[in-house]
Amino acid sequence: MSDRPIIRVQHIVKSFGDVKAVNDVSFDVRAGEIFAFLGPNGAGKTTTIKMLTTLLRPTSGSLELDGLDPTAHPTEVRKRFGVVFQDPSLDGDLTAWENMDIHGVLYHVPRHARRERCEALLRMFELWERRNDLVKTFSGGMKRRLEIARGLLHTPKVLFLDEPTLGLDPQSRNQMWSHVQSLRASEGVTVFLTTHYMDEADRVADRIAVIDHGRLVATGSSAELKAQTGSDSLEAAFLALTGTTIRDESATAADQMRQVMRVWRR
Amino acid sequence: MSVIFILWLREVKKYVRSRVQIVTSLGGPLMYLGVLGFGLAPVFQRAGEGSYLQFMAPGVIGMTVLFTAMFSGIAMLWDRQFGFLKETLVAPVPRLAIMIGRTLGGATVAVLQGTLIFVVTLIAGFRPASWIAVPLAFLVIGLIAVIFSALATAIGSSLKEMQGFQMVMNFLVMPIFFLSGAIYPLEGLPAVLAGLTRVDPLTYGVDGVRGLLTGRTHFGVALDVAVLVGVGVLFVLAGAWRFSKIEA
Repeated sequence: MSDRPIIRVQHIVKSFGDVKAVNDVSFDVRAGEIFAFLGPNGAGKTTTIKMLTTLLRPTSGSLELDGLDPTAHPTEVRKRFGVVFQDPSLDGDLTAWENMDIHGVLYHVPRHARRERCEALLRMFELWERRNDLVKTFSGGMKRRLEIARGLLHTPKVLFLDEPTLGLDPQSRNQMWSHVQSLRASEGVTVFLTTHYMDEADRVADRIAVIDHGRLVATGSSAELKAQTGSDSLEAAFLALTGTTIRDESATAADQMRQVMRVWRR
Repeated sequence: MSVIFILWLREVKKYVRSRVQIVTSLGGPLMYLGVLGFGLAPVFQRAGEGSYLQFMAPGVIGMTVLFTAMFSGIAMLWDRQFGFLKETLVAPVPRLAIMIGRTLGGATVAVLQGTLIFVVTLIAGFRPASWIAVPLAFLVIGLIAVIFSALATAIGSSLKEMQGFQMVMNFLVMPIFFLSGAIYPLEGLPAVLAGLTRVDPLTYGVDGVRGLLTGRTHFGVALDVAVLVGVGVLFVLAGAWRFSKIEA
């Protein structure tokens, strides 16, 4: 583990019109750690991930991923991370293998290495038997596993997981985190995750940052956050830090589309 | 290059696998061909214009290509939120390559769908004046497909809501079709309508295909092709520009 942080975020701000979705946030993520980014709905988690993954430009402040600025060197930065978005980004009309293969081409993984790594990852995530089936026939848990496997195909240094266990049953969630932990051991990949399940963060994360209303309210290990708030569980610590008010986000176009998709999926 | 190819291949594979959609999307053009084609045939004949089926078959082919190509824009909106588009947007490849791969893929699908309708018109009784010109007609069909796939990309990149596309269909796609001279001759139109038909790129597309397939053309095939190439370059540039601006 090197001393230089793999992700360095300094005083970033992202405004949408008058709203500051992310307001003066700074933190470091060390190479090889599992870093959990927690916060209520609309706190700025996804916006931060989008900035780190080159999909949004920060309004001000500086970002670094493996020493590179995502806004100045998007292509170089993109080679260095894999990402699983909150909403699915698989092609349901293609097979698991085809989804993997296209990813390999997009990331310039040479043909031979591509085949080997696709096979190794599909086996590891227990999808090898189903590799020639269309992804739309997969369960929610299988799709998530496939997305993670795909995100790892080009051996990234950082893996971003934005609420990867949302909508999964406890069995699938449990299995998912076992996979993530063994990956860190075998590949040394840094994992940056968001989740609403505090027990998950407590179990897998080395360090945790809590964001609320676009501002960072606490950073530290699970034990440190509990000690800081005098709580006996991470959930209690989280509520102590962010309050108990329910956050009503105004519905965006994406939310409306999610609504439609839920109906369509039945 | 391999990036463009694999994204093109993806679109074509998806098309070939969607057999139900292929069949159902033939419904619209078939209705125009069957109901209008045979319904208006006697009037057309009496007006001394000859066979209406011969006249409108190229128009229905143009319509099919237009609708299929524009539909890829709707697919893109969906794809952006719940699909594969984001995967390509964070990949370490130029946006231009992604846009070209998608647009060529969408255009290829539109040409394939146009080919199916061409076969259907043959079954219905349409006969090209000369078979030698058929490949040339397909080059023009390809140009139409590229133009509207690029336009769909530009619109799909600029819109955020599905509802927006309904408006695009009503206020852009339908007028493009109705003003194109696909279903009526361009000769002797009122001045306003004549003016509108001239700013519609599909007019030149349908006229070019009709000229090559039946020998009947209003502007001349050379002018048609020149306009189509010009508009094509413009729309591809616009599509590439809008696509490069997408923030997810």
